Amino acid sequence: MSSSVSARSLRKQFGETRALDEVSFDVEPGELFGFIGPDGGGKSTLFRILVTVMTPDSGEAQVLGLDVVRDLWALRRRVGYMPGRFSLYPDLSVEENLRFFASVFGTTLERELQYIAPIYDQIAPFRDRRAAALSGGMKQKLALCCALVHRPEILVLDEPTTGIDAVSRRELWDLLGRLREQGMTVVVSTPYMDEANRCDRVALMQSGRVIALDTPAAVAASLGRPLFAVRAGARHRALNVLRSFPHAHSVLPFGDVHHVTDVRRDVPADVIADELRRYLADAGFADAEVAPAAPTVEDVFIDRMGAPR
Amino acid sequence: MSPLVALLRKEAYHIRRDRRTLVVVLALPVVQVLLFGSAIRTDVNRVRLAIVDPAPDEATLELRSRFTATDTFHLVAVVPRASDLDPLFRTSQAQAGVVLPVGFAEDLAGRSPAQVQIIVDATDPNTGSVLRAYIEAVIRGYEQERIRLKPDSTGVTGTSTSPLPAESGFSRITATSRMRFNPTRESSNIFVPGLMAFVLTILASLMTAISLTREKETGTIEALLVSPLRPWSIILGKVLPYLAIGLVAAVAIIAEARLVFDVPLRGSAVLLVGEALLFILASLALGILVSTRTSSQRVAMMGAMLGSMLPNILLSGFIFPIESMPLPLRLISQVVPGQWFVTIARGIMLKGVGLEYLWKETLILGGMAALLLAVSTRAFKARLG
Amino acid sequence: MNRDEADPGNPVEAGLDTAIEANELTRKFGAFTAVDRISFDVRQGEVFGFLGANGAGKTTAIRMLTGLLTPSGGSARVAGHDVYTEGEQIKRRIGYMSQRFSLYEDLSPRENIRLYGGIYDLTAAEIRERSAEMLSRLGIEAVGSRPVRELPLGWRQKLAFSVALLHRPSIVFLDEPTSGVDPVTRRQFWELIYEAAGRGTSVLVTTHYMDEAEYCDRLSIMVAGRIAAIGAPAELKKEHGTGSIDDLFVRLARPAVSESKGPA
Repeated sequence: MSSSVSARSLRKQFGETRALDEVSFDVEPGELFGFIGPDGGGKSTLFRILVTVMTPDSGEAQVLGLDVVRDLWALRRRVGYMPGRFSLYPDLSVEENLRFFASVFGTTLERELQYIAPIYDQIAPFRDRRAAALSGGMKQKLALCCALVHRPEILVLDEPTTGIDAVSRRELWDLLGRLREQGMTVVVSTPYMDEANRCDRVALMQSGRVIALDTPAAVAASLGRPLFAVRAGARHRALNVLRSFPHAHSVLPFGDVHHVTDVRRDVPADVIADELRRYLADAGFADAEVAPAAPTVEDVFIDRMGAPR
Repeated sequence: MSPLVALLRKEAYHIRRDRRTLVVVLALPVVQVLLFGSAIRTDVNRVRLAIVDPAPDEATLELRSRFTATDTFHLVAVVPRASDLDPLFRTSQAQAGVVLPVGFAEDLAGRSPAQVQIIVDATDPNTGSVLRAYIEAVIRGYEQERIRLKPDSTGVTGTSTSPLPAESGFSRITATSRMRFNPTRESSNIFVPGLMAFVLTILASLMTAISLTREKETGTIEALLVSPLRPWSIILGKVLPYLAIGLVAAVAIIAEARLVFDVPLRGSAVLLVGEALLFILASLALGILVSTRTSSQRVAMMGAMLGSMLPNILLSGFIFPIESMPLPLRLISQVVPGQWFVTIARGIMLKGVGLEYLWKETLILGGMAALLLAVSTRAFKARLG
Repeated sequence: MNRDEADPGNPVEAGLDTAIEANELTRKFGAFTAVDRISFDVRQGEVFGFLGANGAGKTTAIRMLTGLLTPSGGSARVAGHDVYTEGEQIKRRIGYMSQRFSLYEDLSPRENIRLYGGIYDLTAAEIRERSAEMLSRLGIEAVGSRPVRELPLGWRQKLAFSVALLHRPSIVFLDEPTSGVDPVTRRQFWELIYEAAGRGTSVLVTTHYMDEAEYCDRLSIMVAGRIAAIGAPAELKKEHGTGSIDDLFVRLARPAVSESKGPA
């Protein structure tokens, strides 16, 4: 089965900035594929190339078997795109926006109402409200409807969860999951590392490069060294103490615990844990808890990303 | 350090570093002074003159040579009949005409004054008085010359200052004048067609430029670009509504000119509106072209103003006569759509002419509109980069 | 006060400086009540997380506390000054950093520092000294004279935060300061927050990163204009029986978000 998206050695430069640096990947049909990484990583540029709004400086990409540079007009009918910024008309109502995008793609709202119902039902009570007056979560749902209204074969969503609250984010991912279950190929980008777990496969992007690509579980497991979660009162002081641990490789706050990795690869995990407990106790943290922890995508991202930009 | 000083310094940085605005702010006054300085002329050059000479004789030939001798006049035709002047005026080939009588030389030699008629096209901003004055000056100069040279009863040539008694039979030329097309020389008649061009072009260019760059600024352009809509249909979607608004504006201006300022509309109103349509199209296309060069509404606004307002004030013949300008400016004015529209509008409103006289100008204006539309559509990219 | 000691307790203790005291603070826009009688306090040197769904009234509340909006009812004191009558004094004693705007991009870091130093009426000597210290601490001396837009996003955010602290305010308001920034820079940013708090500056921060909520000494969650929960992260989780602040947030905010009216 051929890929829904196939990219080879994509490069794009803006003046002095290298936005994309030899990016290659494949997305399989029906996959929920996530690009994870901070702003400036190249995700938006990559997405713009995939939906034919930009051309790469070199390299090539195919979406649904069509070349993104040559076959742009054929491709545009079949791709649903949600740009990074809110891209709808603020002075038009919810319904007016939908009708506009439906007609631009040669269909009508009535014809597609059933298809977009799962999402549209959530914003239908506000159908006459001007788009500018919607909350962040509502705007994204409307943008999603507009991207879907012409029944695309692939959805490309650029940071749909940025700037909206945790509840709306979950709802949006639920919707994306449901779309994937119905067979839609979904390509999405996000700066939130924890959202990686909702994807079938993820590509971590930093400074225009893909620094990891696999299922979230495989990416997380690829850390390559044991990880410990340390819980101690007085978190900030504990952090500094841990940093002074002679074998510490990385010490990072992670919510209410600290993630610690050790430079030594040959020492068993329980030995390291004991050493850490003793070290903390000596520094006054008698009640500190040290337990092995499963690495997360974020741990791997930090490990691979190199110097912060 | 006082907060105010801090704010002033910051503003100075912003201004210095915004290269585009800086260029406009510094260069614009210089350019404007150059342009306006060259354009504003109260003197008159190259007046297109036609002479009616039914019976050429030595006197008419002499007078004719007086006109051709100076830079002020450009003799476009010498015709045998006064009625031949009419088409010349209607097509604006001639701005002024001098009708010489039959037997001019005899009149001058004889007792009765020679009757010379001056006809001036008063739709031109070279208001009739100036033209008439110039022509009269030439005629008077010729008259004085002849008086100087004419021997008095003693056979001695007198000086020009010596008064001559009426009975000595000195030659006199009586010049009567007619202001064609604008007998009362209402300035509103002269200005309104140009004003119409000015207002319409700003409306049309500005509105499209702002509308397109606003979509770029808010990001909604991305959603449009990624759709199957071709560039020409996006442009059409912008052009048509503003075309309609422009037409309404044009009709409103014409109505206002008629009702409030009593400006005549001697030709076909339908034709005038049709020509206005062409002109609005050209201006809309200019606005689109401006918007393809920038993503900022502010810059688009400045660009549209510069590209439409400035040429239309200076180079359309709206206020300042084009004939008086230096050659480079006169050449540029040929590519300003406003110049053609003003000529057409004046022709229709004040001279009452129709397509038979204006077909050339109409073709040119239409051609400009088509060309600008084609260029701007090509420039409107189907992608962001 | 040692901010590392968890103090689940209550509000205003006599003799302790509070950076913010809000009592039944309210703001209406016509018929719509954006902020509905919220009461809370932020102590000196505390890192306080101010969470809530979009449209829950967070932005409106912060605008009232920073002197940008007059409340419709209730009372509040910020940095010891009344929000109704002493707006000017408040503005001089607070710092502010929003994700939408922080520094002038066409100015260099040095110029930005000089500008804000001037605006807050610092002496030339103070500005010079703090500028040098700041640039060296952030490690950006080499690019101190390049326009800010040439700096990577993470450095810009850290610089913006430092500039917000330039005039040593007693409380600084941070609006989604780490949005879109890479995970390492985010943590470095929070170290800066801890350092500031350690020096006695109170920090009120809003964020959509739920793990950052855990970094706060105390937090509040606003839902539909009211405060639905307030306290230290550990206490709140125990009280509501949730494993993370993320789960707690969802549990409290979910019903309201579905019917959200949106911003006024």
